[in-house]
Amino acid sequence: MNHDETRHLKTDAGHGVGASVHRKEDQRFLLGQGQYVGDIRLPGMLDVAFVRSPVAHGRLGAIGKPAGSEACVFTMADLVGVKPIRAVSALPGFKPSDQWPLAHGKVRQVGEMIAMCVAATRAKAEDLATQVDVEIEDLPAVVDMLTARSAAPPALVHEAWGDNVFLHTDVHIEQPGDLARIQAEAPIVVRRQVRTARQSMAPLEGRGVVCQWDTRLDQLVMHTSAQMPHINRAGLSECLGLDQGRIRVISPDVGGGFGYKGILLPEEICLAWLAMHLRRPVRWIEDRREQLTASTNCREHAYDITLYAERSGRLLAIDCEATVDSGAYSSYPFSACLEAAQVGSILPGPYRMDAFACRTWSVATNKPPILPYRGVARTGVCFALEIMMDAVAREAGIEPHEVRLANLVQPGQMPFENVTGKHFDSGDYPQALNRALAALDLPAWRARQRRGEADDRRIGVGHAIYCEQAAHGTSVYHGWGIPMVPGHEACSARLTPDGILELRIGAHSHGQSMETTLAQVAYTVLGIDESQVRLVHGDTAMSPYSTGTWGSRCAVMSGGAVAQACEAIANRVRHIGAALLEAPWDSVEVGPGGVVHGASGRRLSLAEIAHAWYRQPQRMPADVDPAGLEVTAGYKAGRDTGTFSYAAHACAVAIDTRLGTVELLDYVICEDGGVLLNPMVVDGQILGGLAQGIGTALYEEMPYDDEGQPLASTLADYLLPGATEVPMARLEHMETPSPHTRFGQKGIGEGGAIAPPAAIVNAINDALAALGVEITECPVTPRKLRAALRAAAQASGADA
Amino acid sequence: MKAAPFEFVRPDDAADAVRRLMATGDGAKICGGSQSLGPMLNLRLVQVEQLVGLAHITALKQAQVDGDVLRIGAAVTHARIEDGDLPDLTAGLLPAVAANIAYRAVRNRGTLGGSIAHADPAADWVSVMCLLNASIVLLGPTGERRVPAKDFFLGPFTTALASDEIVLAIELRRFSPQARWAYRKVCRKPGEFADAIGAAWTDPARGQARALIGALSGMPHVVDGIDAVAKLQDPHTGPAAIQRMLDDAGVDDAYERDVHAEMLRQALADLNQASRSSP
Repeated sequence: MNHDETRHLKTDAGHGVGASVHRKEDQRFLLGQGQYVGDIRLPGMLDVAFVRSPVAHGRLGAIGKPAGSEACVFTMADLVGVKPIRAVSALPGFKPSDQWPLAHGKVRQVGEMIAMCVAATRAKAEDLATQVDVEIEDLPAVVDMLTARSAAPPALVHEAWGDNVFLHTDVHIEQPGDLARIQAEAPIVVRRQVRTARQSMAPLEGRGVVCQWDTRLDQLVMHTSAQMPHINRAGLSECLGLDQGRIRVISPDVGGGFGYKGILLPEEICLAWLAMHLRRPVRWIEDRREQLTASTNCREHAYDITLYAERSGRLLAIDCEATVDSGAYSSYPFSACLEAAQVGSILPGPYRMDAFACRTWSVATNKPPILPYRGVARTGVCFALEIMMDAVAREAGIEPHEVRLANLVQPGQMPFENVTGKHFDSGDYPQALNRALAALDLPAWRARQRRGEADDRRIGVGHAIYCEQAAHGTSVYHGWGIPMVPGHEACSARLTPDGILELRIGAHSHGQSMETTLAQVAYTVLGIDESQVRLVHGDTAMSPYSTGTWGSRCAVMSGGAVAQACEAIANRVRHIGAALLEAPWDSVEVGPGGVVHGASGRRLSLAEIAHAWYRQPQRMPADVDPAGLEVTAGYKAGRDTGTFSYAAHACAVAIDTRLGTVELLDYVICEDGGVLLNPMVVDGQILGGLAQGIGTALYEEMPYDDEGQPLASTLADYLLPGATEVPMARLEHMETPSPHTRFGQKGIGEGGAIAPPAAIVNAINDALAALGVEITECPVTPRKLRAALRAAAQASGADA
Repeated sequence: MKAAPFEFVRPDDAADAVRRLMATGDGAKICGGSQSLGPMLNLRLVQVEQLVGLAHITALKQAQVDGDVLRIGAAVTHARIEDGDLPDLTAGLLPAVAANIAYRAVRNRGTLGGSIAHADPAADWVSVMCLLNASIVLLGPTGERRVPAKDFFLGPFTTALASDEIVLAIELRRFSPQARWAYRKVCRKPGEFADAIGAAWTDPARGQARALIGALSGMPHVVDGIDAVAKLQDPHTGPAAIQRMLDDAGVDDAYERDVHAEMLRQALADLNQASRSSP
């Protein structure tokens, strides 16, 4: 069924696809009744604390266990038979790393686990950890990614490699243009060094693992705060040598993921081994210091980027060297190269151009591994490209939006294959930009800017636009050759004897409201009220396999799978209902309230039909489908290269040049996520993403010193935006259906976090251009802004 | 992280607290609202044998006026000062500063005495006490003694408090009707510790004035005296005088010089208008 038919399905106000149904999850969340890993108490449970490396790089010597407590302290030597985490990629030249669950031979980052201590409480386990003696012979730390990949790095993170490069890629596309000729002749050439800081993803809930061995089922049962329970199971199986049937991974309520929980943790392997070894339940709950300094980071990109354009602002070509600091290890399953190598294909953004060249490096350093964080590489890419588009505009002497409008893919060109072969499914990008600027009222801000402020602050206006490939599947991922490739997404659906619909999916919610939105899908297909639908997810024992929740894929993939399964149930219900009503099957319909006989108006509720099937099988017709009211259906989009949602962000800022502070005065987003399953939920996703984007733009930074020591170990040092830092953003929606998905929906979970750094820094540069200041790094802290203002003043001979 | 093991005791009164300090010696530490000490214990940056809690002692939660002197007990919380729950002889200075200390949750538990005894250079009360040169009232084995703020704060996280003494109260003199004050600070986010504080106070009737830059790596740098403050306020001599203060305070980082100078400039400008405080 294509979306045109679907849009004429039963849509009642307040129900089904497109309605802002209140979140079913809120009842327990708002009353503090959610259940997270940290809430789980098992009889006889012990607590674990880890001895972690105090140095970034060193050779591990003897480890001395405290006298009398040897049986409570474990090192890698004790974990006999446990294999290292090895997240490979099939991309040519990729060098895999071995990440041992406990350090083996070397430590390669501060916080790397060296020993595991177990005791009755976490405090006692920490007491034990302080008594473990660890000898480490210091090695020079590899801290800066550009030095790390140079000809003379301070050291090798993985000696056997010969360099510090996980992967180098080289994209060179000269279609239809000739890059060398463009480089020689382009009237506008703008080259900049652009950087985004290393960040620490900071969900409200950190990671946590509770693990036990079930002797009856001969099975490891792990509760873990995870986005991808089936992938964790696969990884555990590989590292522990345990078949997957003997591993059950349960991810209960998850307090935010954003990519931080899309990983197989070394801690999970350690706890699994310990539960098997001790045959007692064990627990490790990550504390904020471990989360900030020891686990994974994200976002650290460096670009040497050149844009070539005509005087009119028309873009001719991009030439770029992009480097990503991937940290010490390749994380499972996304690998160390997803971020950098992706830059080579997504850097052109929503623009047309004649030629494109991009060389990328995924670099190993003595810092925590990076994970794909909400927006993945797009936040860095959008930042680099969009501040360059503004630089082109300044060079050309025209308004930045004019440059964008001259280069955006036009609605008449859809579907559009861009310079790197990305297939844009649908949309009207210029309209999104124009609507965002109209909502912001650009002329009014320009007028205010000209007038000047009574308090001497400087006003700036900035914007950014991006497109976000989401829910992309097999054809995109098989080429990466990483430990998981998404295929068909499955949903198991069944009606209970009293007519409740149970939906089982392998993806998991870490705040996406899927219990609500997938119930809405069920309503639209099956006519069942959302309150009568239960979503079962986050448990490998109770759900079909899925690669999980990542890549803004669940609305499309789980939504599609639920629709398929409900379609099959609807078909069976229709046949049983027709038989019970003694009517031909094509004279009845499935709709709100059950099966209805069109001519007579007679109806049977789903509960009545379910009751008949389970409790009164004698009433079934002879030719009834014996599979009954339970079905597993699989779904793949008509074209699996992904949906392309997009948005334009526009904002106005006021800058106190004396203090280097930035205030967001207004923020507007015009987004197109195709058909929205639940517009209120989408708004929530966008606003949450915006908050994180503001963090990237102005606050969040995980600095390291020259020895590789993390300098932010508490939330007093690692600043996150809060209520006072996030303005009341105004959202505008467009709904251009994707031609490839079940309802025309597009993935939109990450977009809010992509554009803010670019839009905000463009506004800052707009405000300060007259002073000769141009920022090309984020976050823009007061210290950095003052330094830029001082340098510009010195250059012009004025007072800063 | 979890704190290393320690014993927590709740003395009956202030004298009992002193006795317990004498008995335990260096292994004991006083604890007020535990808003700074708590996290440090949990991070194991501080380890103690015994934690002596004061926040529950009724006598330390009192504030009273005796003539021209306001005496505020050490266990009075920031929130009570913010809420106007005690007499104010400072023309609104104390409530205004209290209202912008950290977050309400911190203010509900954090105490005036705890903040002063902790002596974090970025804490608001440290700067305010230096601005007013308040008397810090200490209780030790031999009884009470009063130490002026300028002698109490010896350096970052270092005070004149002996290991067997507790902060009992602070005492402030009533402002004259002509007194003016200004208090400015800049934080990365409302509620975070200040990156820079600038404050000024003048009480012509008492012939006193002070100005300071606070939230330095060391204790607030104070300029004392009507003439000295007037020189800072003078548009011709002010900027250079502020730069000299920064030199004297040993501030050499360019950004820190910028923001401290700006906070003091704003505070001095405020002094010319009306008394006010900004977050």
